[in-house]
Amino acid sequence: MPSDFDTSDCYTIPGKLALPYTYFAGRVGSRFITTLRDRHKIMGVRCDHCDMVLVPPRQTCERCLRDLSDQWCEVGTRGQVENYTVVRYPDRHQPRPVPFVLAMIRLEGADTPIVHLLEEIAPEQVVIGMAVEAVFAETTTATIRDIDHFKPCDS
Amino acid sequence: MARRVGICAVAQTTYQRDKWHERFQGMALEVLEPLLEKTGLDFSEERGIGMSISVSDDVFDARTISDNAMTDVLGAHMRCEEKVAQEGIQALYYGLAAIQSGHVDVVLVLGHCKESQGQSRNMVTHLAFDPFYTRPVGLDFTAAAGMQAQAYAAASDVTDDHLAEVVARAGRMARMNPATPETAVFSPEEVLASPMLADPIRAHHAYPVSDGAVGLILAAEDRARDICTHPVWITGVGNCMDSFFLGDRDLASNFALKKAAARAYRRAGIDTPRDTFDVIEISDQFAYQQPMWMEGLGLVEEGRGGAWIAGGGPDAMKVNRSGGMLAGNPLLLGGLVRAAEVSLQLMGQAGDRQVADARRGLAHGVMGPAGQFHSVAILERD
Repeated sequence: MPSDFDTSDCYTIPGKLALPYTYFAGRVGSRFITTLRDRHKIMGVRCDHCDMVLVPPRQTCERCLRDLSDQWCEVGTRGQVENYTVVRYPDRHQPRPVPFVLAMIRLEGADTPIVHLLEEIAPEQVVIGMAVEAVFAETTTATIRDIDHFKPCDS
Repeated sequence: MARRVGICAVAQTTYQRDKWHERFQGMALEVLEPLLEKTGLDFSEERGIGMSISVSDDVFDARTISDNAMTDVLGAHMRCEEKVAQEGIQALYYGLAAIQSGHVDVVLVLGHCKESQGQSRNMVTHLAFDPFYTRPVGLDFTAAAGMQAQAYAAASDVTDDHLAEVVARAGRMARMNPATPETAVFSPEEVLASPMLADPIRAHHAYPVSDGAVGLILAAEDRARDICTHPVWITGVGNCMDSFFLGDRDLASNFALKKAAARAYRRAGIDTPRDTFDVIEISDQFAYQQPMWMEGLGLVEEGRGGAWIAGGGPDAMKVNRSGGMLAGNPLLLGGLVRAAEVSLQLMGQAGDRQVADARRGLAHGVMGPAGQFHSVAILERD
């Protein structure tokens, strides 16, 4: 603002965007979520053409565009840390007080890692390649957070 | 052969932390008026601006279809108006296509964004994620960048010291750019002492929150030569969208940028991009992105971004003489400001940061988490 800017008759209006909404998970997404919620199993889909197991599952392989909606396969609840960051800036959309670790975890049998919380370990102790396992949530939210977090385990 | 399209004029506001006292329409007007003055154009049906393309984001503006609220500034009453809600350099493509198709001869591109308006930029980018798999764990563009920075650090020779130099240089460059009067100038030591934000990204590695607007006039070749002395020709454009899920990508691979660059180079007839450009403007939202994107553009040897920085590569190759995004532009406008900066350089209007006799330049834009979507534009003057 210029130093000589006249601020008389300058009024700011506080606002808020808050819109409740309902979002269809899709048939594939719905089955992933309900299987995770009810059976504590993590499901992916297999693309035979690309020779890949994709997690999260999706209806179509984006590489070859084949329909994968009935190509279900179960992947492990354990996996490996492929990458991570330590989130240190607090914000309202975050699931935890900072600092917390977000890791890319490749589950056993999967080719694509998922991003999830890594806990029960100090951030500075996290190393790429470490073995981790899912800790399931006590209360369902019917999202990926039915896995509450991952924790280190024996490889 | 398609018609040539030239950038005839450029205007921008300053980019500053909090323009609470300006409405976004006011920022846009501050850009429109000099564009009309420089070109002598108006919005008449016959010879005036035939199409207005706005660049805005509904969430940053906190109103749906936010271009509706600025038709007067866009010259859009009863006229042809389009909106780009992607990163702003897409509006350059859009205008290029509109002119090459023969639909119009003269296009106004005008982008605005007030990052300060929302309480948190990260809350805005958080909304780019899906509600089942990625939003519940708190992802936003900063956290995604942290993971990419980690992957790139493992795949390259870039160190914390190199990144401190990138930030320090951006501050020094910003001093020469009247559009970035507030940019902090940090010493490398200050950057290294700044706290971690999303490891290995430090607080000073992140581009500052800012408000501002930028615009261009595009015209078909015959009109462009009437409107201005030195039109800047858009000779090649390319973009590429990578996978949505971070886990589907190799975050250190620069996959989408390599594709985008290859498409732009092919269209511009460039076989060996290295040593081709007199000026380069890339969208470095976080310090690691400057060397990483330079590698992806094929302008620096892969994995050797650190040696490039240590050897004075950014100065030698005239990269981000404007200060780049690290000096502060809103997320939505990053690539469009880069195109505007390269244009100013090629027009010889870049003031203290002018590169002597610059004839060919590259402008780069990026949007989405961890460089999901890249755009490259090649600009040249006669």
